[in-house]
Amino acid sequence: MSERKIRVLVAKPGLDGHDRGAKVVARALRDAGMEVIYTGLRQTPEMVVEAALQEDVDVIGLSILSGAHMALVPRVLEMLQANGLEHIKVFLGGIIPDEDVPRLKELGVVGIYGPGTLTEDIIRDVRLAVNGTSEP
Amino acid sequence: MSLASSVLDGERLAIARLLSQIENNNPSGQDALGELFPHTGRAHLVGVTGAPGTGKSSLVNRLAASYRNPPKGIPQLKVAIIAVDPSSPFTGGAILGDRVRMRDLSGDPGVFIRSMAARGSLGGLAPTTASMVQVFDAAGFEIIMIETVGAGQAEVDIARLAHTTLVVEAPGLGDDIQAIKAGILEIADILVVNKADRPGVENTERALRSMLELAHPAPRVFIHHGQIESLTSPESTSEGNGFWLPPIVRTIATKGDGLPELVSAINEHQQHLKETGERQNRDRARLQAELDTLIQTNLVYRWRQHVSDSQYQEILESLIARQISPHQAVEALLNGGIAA
Repeated sequence: MSERKIRVLVAKPGLDGHDRGAKVVARALRDAGMEVIYTGLRQTPEMVVEAALQEDVDVIGLSILSGAHMALVPRVLEMLQANGLEHIKVFLGGIIPDEDVPRLKELGVVGIYGPGTLTEDIIRDVRLAVNGTSEP
Repeated sequence: MSLASSVLDGERLAIARLLSQIENNNPSGQDALGELFPHTGRAHLVGVTGAPGTGKSSLVNRLAASYRNPPKGIPQLKVAIIAVDPSSPFTGGAILGDRVRMRDLSGDPGVFIRSMAARGSLGGLAPTTASMVQVFDAAGFEIIMIETVGAGQAEVDIARLAHTTLVVEAPGLGDDIQAIKAGILEIADILVVNKADRPGVENTERALRSMLELAHPAPRVFIHHGQIESLTSPESTSEGNGFWLPPIVRTIATKGDGLPELVSAINEHQQHLKETGERQNRDRARLQAELDTLIQTNLVYRWRQHVSDSQYQEILESLIARQISPHQAVEALLNGGIAA
């Protein structure tokens, strides 16, 4: 009788106030049958990690357009580790310069998506990261 | 250390894990719940329901903050919040957005917020909400708030689950006929008129008040699985002295106006339940309803294991071809299924 759904936290850490992209992704993940917890704008890394813990999510999707990703993302990853949540897969979307990508992946970010990404690609990667298969 | 004992110690990671196991009907979650169940029954359960856009999430946010920052001399209480949002009937996915309004509560270790998708359940709660409440209860949360899906008129499940049910209204959402429709208002222990700085607040309050005055002190009886059930003991209503007339409380949740009055109304209701023995009645009715629901779910599940997909499909096709009626189809499936 067990029924498991992929749970995703979509969060916007930092100070930029534009969450259109985050909402489009949230909606696409919902339409792919996932349960998406949307936390809104201006989250601190502490708030993101606390919400991820309480909601027991499989995936965190961070949307950052402010250029502060090299400060915010390492902090989120560090705090996940400190709270015993290293199993949570972190995805990143927004404006991320190419030269930062290798460092972020090295830190443990599973996928990084810029403008123009197809939502199908994100859905496939999330399923693959959580279930080991891209099948729904 | 077992998951259950970690939950009893209030460990947040363990609580979060167990909630997921229960939500997913994982057998190990059921085992842990079995260990925890004797430790439940202490928390006060506050249900919050009402139409979409009346401000339920903002109100829950403020209410939790009031319990966390009480006036001098009043003990601070630990608060758990279960916020239920609808699942898509087509994909099974959901967007759970109630945390957006609850950001004031973050960083407080005495608050635990969990979002839940309704997963196909009607009635405003998810199938496993009651079990998740028990986890928070055992973990030592003194106030557990349950915010329902904002569907509006049929969410009576919450009255079975909660000790105190708040029905949230806002000015400008429908005329006074909405107020006298059966269902949602009859389940209210406290009526909240939120967004009270909006025009029309007097009309909304007047409509609710006249609805309450019209209402006879009827025992809270409802039909569940074809059986008439009562939430109230006959003595408490027939004599009149145990009758609770739902107060109307005006609030502006975004500013925190009216929150002290709302907290006192909840406290008074809690006291009323205790003094009249009504709390025990409600606990009894809740557990009976939970038992009945679980029996239903489990019977369907067990029966389904006895019926092959081809059998089911075959009978479904005859039904669609109108060779047999829906009742005959059920008859054939139940008999065939059980005999097989």
